[in-house]
Amino acid sequence: MNIDTLVLLIVCLPLVGAAFTGLVGLFAPEYRKRETLIGSLATLLVAVPFAITAYLFATYAGEPLIASFYTWMSAGEFTLDFAYRIDELSLIMTLIVTGVGGVIHLYSIGYMHGDSGYWRFFAYLNLFIFAMLNLVLADNLPVLFLGWEGVGLCSYLLIGFWYTDLNNSAAANKAFIMNRVGDFAFLMAMFVLYKEVGSLNFEPLLAAVDTMSGGMLNWVVLLLFIGATGKSAQIPLFTWLPDAMAGPTPVSALIHAATMVTSGLYLLARLSPMVLSAPTMMAVIAITGAVTAIMAATIAVTQNDIKKVLAYSTVSQLGFMFMAAGVGAFFVSIFHVVTHAFFKGCLFLGSGSVIHAMHHVEHELEHEGLSQAGKGQAAVAGETHTDWSGHGYDEPFDPQDMRTMGGLKKYMPSTHLTYFLSTLAIAGILPLAGFFSKDEILFKAFEYGYDGHAWAYFVWIIGLITALLTAVYMMRSYMLTFQGVERWPAADRIHPHESPRTMTIPLWILAGLSVVGGFIGLPAVVGHGELNWIHHWLGSSYGGPVAEASVAEHGAGFVLIEWLLILLGAAIAVVGVLFALSAYRRHGLAYDAELRSRFGAVYGWASGKYYWDELYDRTIVRPMLGLADRGFASFDRHVVDGAVNGIGRLASGTSRVLRFIQTGFVQNYATAIVIGVVLVIALMLFG
Amino acid sequence: MEVTIVWYLSLSAVLFVIGVMGVLLRRNVIVVLMSVELMLNAVNLTLVAFSQSMGDAAGQILVFFVISVAAAEAAVGLAIVIALFRKKMTVDITQFNLFKH
Repeated sequence: MNIDTLVLLIVCLPLVGAAFTGLVGLFAPEYRKRETLIGSLATLLVAVPFAITAYLFATYAGEPLIASFYTWMSAGEFTLDFAYRIDELSLIMTLIVTGVGGVIHLYSIGYMHGDSGYWRFFAYLNLFIFAMLNLVLADNLPVLFLGWEGVGLCSYLLIGFWYTDLNNSAAANKAFIMNRVGDFAFLMAMFVLYKEVGSLNFEPLLAAVDTMSGGMLNWVVLLLFIGATGKSAQIPLFTWLPDAMAGPTPVSALIHAATMVTSGLYLLARLSPMVLSAPTMMAVIAITGAVTAIMAATIAVTQNDIKKVLAYSTVSQLGFMFMAAGVGAFFVSIFHVVTHAFFKGCLFLGSGSVIHAMHHVEHELEHEGLSQAGKGQAAVAGETHTDWSGHGYDEPFDPQDMRTMGGLKKYMPSTHLTYFLSTLAIAGILPLAGFFSKDEILFKAFEYGYDGHAWAYFVWIIGLITALLTAVYMMRSYMLTFQGVERWPAADRIHPHESPRTMTIPLWILAGLSVVGGFIGLPAVVGHGELNWIHHWLGSSYGGPVAEASVAEHGAGFVLIEWLLILLGAAIAVVGVLFALSAYRRHGLAYDAELRSRFGAVYGWASGKYYWDELYDRTIVRPMLGLADRGFASFDRHVVDGAVNGIGRLASGTSRVLRFIQTGFVQNYATAIVIGVVLVIALMLFG
Repeated sequence: MEVTIVWYLSLSAVLFVIGVMGVLLRRNVIVVLMSVELMLNAVNLTLVAFSQSMGDAAGQILVFFVISVAAAEAAVGLAIVIALFRKKMTVDITQFNLFKH
């Protein structure tokens, strides 16, 4: 089996799945009910590419393999093929996409059971995997961009999956339109690169970095970074990600945690030599990442919807990855991509399991007529649980609201344990995965500052505070969901139950990976950097494709600083976890009220999400809609429609006049003929 | 004053024009048919005049054809008039205007 066939199989099998399920489901409605067939087919068509990638990974010999298919464009001197590249970076990304993707496909079999759009879901999910694979395996920017746009499309389709609710469609629109802004910048970057270098394949591009002027490089990297902020939800293009939680939870796990949102990081890592040559932009990238990270972390502390907590957490963790990229440690950001896929994927799937269970509770409540009860009815029903502070039963029951959860560890042991492990992992507890990758990021930021770039110290401090906040808000979400008293109505009668095995097995797989996944990148102090497998795999100093900032030689005392930093990171994680554990164990949900009173204005700002949406609405959305309505719509109505309707009116006006020729009298017609004959003869005689 | 062919041709032209006027201006459909016959006969006159003046008998042979065709056409035309009369009870051509807008 040569490389061309293997790459073709990896990329196209999911496409086959999408096309098959999509088309057969569309034209043969009986197919839509065959859930097992659809689900297992879709999962298989992601598992096989995973197996092939694992094989390529195991047999990789150090030389990038290029699989080139037909020529896409050929214009003058410029040619572009559909070409795919197997090298260290694309292998790691493909393993994550197909591996975590396959696990999530399995989970979706259970999660989406009974949904009338089951077939559509798996068709879109397979299509997403296809597009993502195009993105990470591409050997040139346009094919990457094809995948880039493709994942944006699938994100739109899947966020608005339950399209009958207009809020979901609005969220999908928001995601897609914001992405487009970033894509515009990406396109500009491609145009500039084409003009400067004449080719868009990666090898010539990266080879030409030395010949490009500094100003031009700054522009290109800036534009690429703006594209990355759109895809990876950084300031200023991040507000779509929390809204994207309107989609089904497997979508949130796959697209908005593990894969699509990491495309921006992948782009920067792939073009790392270029980014490294634009030092000003690197500062911009790192500082933007840092500010985004801490901002999102503060918001996450205030959120009540479990998926929103995880969404802001994702924005925050992506900020960490950009911090790493900004200080030149691109392999570390990829490391964090990998570990984040594990623990965030597990967290999202776990939250989905919880939401699944709470849906059951919601149905039971509807049977009993309690879900929309006012305060009085709730008191009459005689609940024995604690009412959460100040919150009545006026709002309809929300299965995603943590204020009506609590004590779920009794009913959902697998979900509980896996969520707990992943929470510890993201908080950065030794020796789980999150510790190693986050610690690396913080260390690299510190080291970059130590090597002379003072702004990196600022990034490092922000990172430390954010790490503390991460531990706090994740532990908060764990405590409110699984520990404490049960806060939903009629909790003594109505009990949730654990999810089926198709859902818990993926949870355990990802939780297991969150526990051991960190060992692929042990810090440099341990074993003199020889045990940092991912650095050896990816880093350009070992022959890999991902460039890194040059590190100065440090004195012997630096080793001590490194160990101190490791201790600091571990301590921060433990402090954060223990703080949230004790605070929420003692006070339960009431602690939120205490936070609110303690931090007053800041808490208010944070829980209002710093009013980014309102700002955008006032400064961009409303002026655009006003321009569209007064300007373009009026132009369309009066000029365009006027012209078209005017032609119609002209035609009917003319005919209204001409119709009088039709008199119905034969003699009039005969007269016309005679006049015609006379004219013709006159012409013949005198013409 | 000698009677040249011009006299015959002028008579024929005048008859033809009278026929055309009749077709275009008369109301009674039978008069219209008569005017058509008048036009045909004018043409016959022209043909005979030329035949005599050029000494070629072909013109007169053609006249025989024209006369017989005119007779057949008159029969058919009158049959149509009878059918129309049965429908509309009138021979006023201005009443046959179903195509009027």
